[in-house]
Amino acid sequence: MTRINVKVDGAMCSDDVEPRTLLVHYLREQLGKTGTVIGCDTSNCGACTVHLDGRSVKSCNVLAVQADGHEVTTIEGLATNGELHPVQKAFHECHALQCGFCTPGMIMQSVDLLNENSDPSEEEIRTGLEGNLCRCTGYHNIVKAVQQAADGAGSAAVASTSGGAS
Amino acid sequence: MIPAQFDYVAPSTVEEAVNALVEAGEDAKVLAGGQSLLPVLRMRLNVPSVVVDLCRIESLRGVRDDGDALVIGAMTTHSDVFHDPLVREHATLLTKAVEQLADPQVRHRGTFGGALAHADPAGDLGAPALALGASFVIAGSGGTRTVEADDFFEDLFTTAVQDGEILTEVRIPKYTGWGAHYEKFVRVAHQWPIVAVAAAVRVDGGTIAEARVGLTNMGSTPLRARAVESALVGQSATDEAVRGAAASAAEGTNPPSDLNGDADFRRHLATVLTRRAVLAAAGA
Repeated sequence: MTRINVKVDGAMCSDDVEPRTLLVHYLREQLGKTGTVIGCDTSNCGACTVHLDGRSVKSCNVLAVQADGHEVTTIEGLATNGELHPVQKAFHECHALQCGFCTPGMIMQSVDLLNENSDPSEEEIRTGLEGNLCRCTGYHNIVKAVQQAADGAGSAAVASTSGGAS
Repeated sequence: MIPAQFDYVAPSTVEEAVNALVEAGEDAKVLAGGQSLLPVLRMRLNVPSVVVDLCRIESLRGVRDDGDALVIGAMTTHSDVFHDPLVREHATLLTKAVEQLADPQVRHRGTFGGALAHADPAGDLGAPALALGASFVIAGSGGTRTVEADDFFEDLFTTAVQDGEILTEVRIPKYTGWGAHYEKFVRVAHQWPIVAVAAAVRVDGGTIAEARVGLTNMGSTPLRARAVESALVGQSATDEAVRGAAASAAEGTNPPSDLNGDADFRRHLATVLTRRAVLAAAGA
């Protein structure tokens, strides 16, 4: 067992893990954060995407010990004070999901994409989400949601405290 | 799926990492970004007794200017290579190749040295590194040694890096002012290329003065298309002239046949992608 200290969704966590424990298993099974899902288990689908020090990673492809001393944000840590993150809100309003399984990863990757490029073209959105698969093939509304979030972004924090677009 | 059990060490210097590898012997594995190694461990295609993680060795990260060359630390992520202004100015071909490598999440974790040392013949960095004449600095218990690109890639997933050694940095000569393009053919987004072509050219007054062309997935290692390079020199950067030179792109290659295409299809692809890559690199 190896001791790790990780900040997860704003809270400090100190746990013993086997070195072979994947970050996604640590989040789900030790911390109970089941909002992050396991889709393919082969690092293809992106459903397990979380942020590690502010950048998106596939948490099935990172060891928990590699997160030691770092900060993880999951889908469960995006909303602030019960207020959905603008990207979550846009996914809701645009009905950017069918079965919903890819949604946590899609949202985390969309937030990363908008952090890097606040005004992406449709093509840039599709390229930026190419590591996330939606097996319902519901990509169209996902792209629309990212566009809507981008239109309301620029000041994402303002949007989330003022009730957002309605 | 869960990897088999292993011991884990995360040393903070190259010397400590080399010692850990030497001590563990041939059952040790080096962990860089882990984007290729972790899937292998999860599927238990490899069951190392010890994993030596390089993530705490800060000296292995970053790009620096070293006169007529750039030095890229082995642990520099693809994302950092993509955003690096020195790479963009002096080794544009690498910027173009890493931009198309895998997907954003993988580029945030995967490393330049890790991908090259992994030496997947369908990896996106081998052909550009070979075409640019990179040299590879390798640390071992006897100190460091430098291996030139032509001698680095030995076979499928096999490089000049031996047991007990670590690739620490890659030196790329500067190609300031050259045009570059990486033309990648895939069937599915974010997958490995069926074939890809890395091209860098120096165009002088509409004529190709120098050219370097590398091929991805046309054999067990990345390959230089030397016949194309020499045929391009002195040609005008036009579709007709480049098409003629690109016709010899598959010369001396030994491409695989698999579900994505047989060897003949890949040979054909190599000529088409070479033409596109060279024309785009030349700005034509």
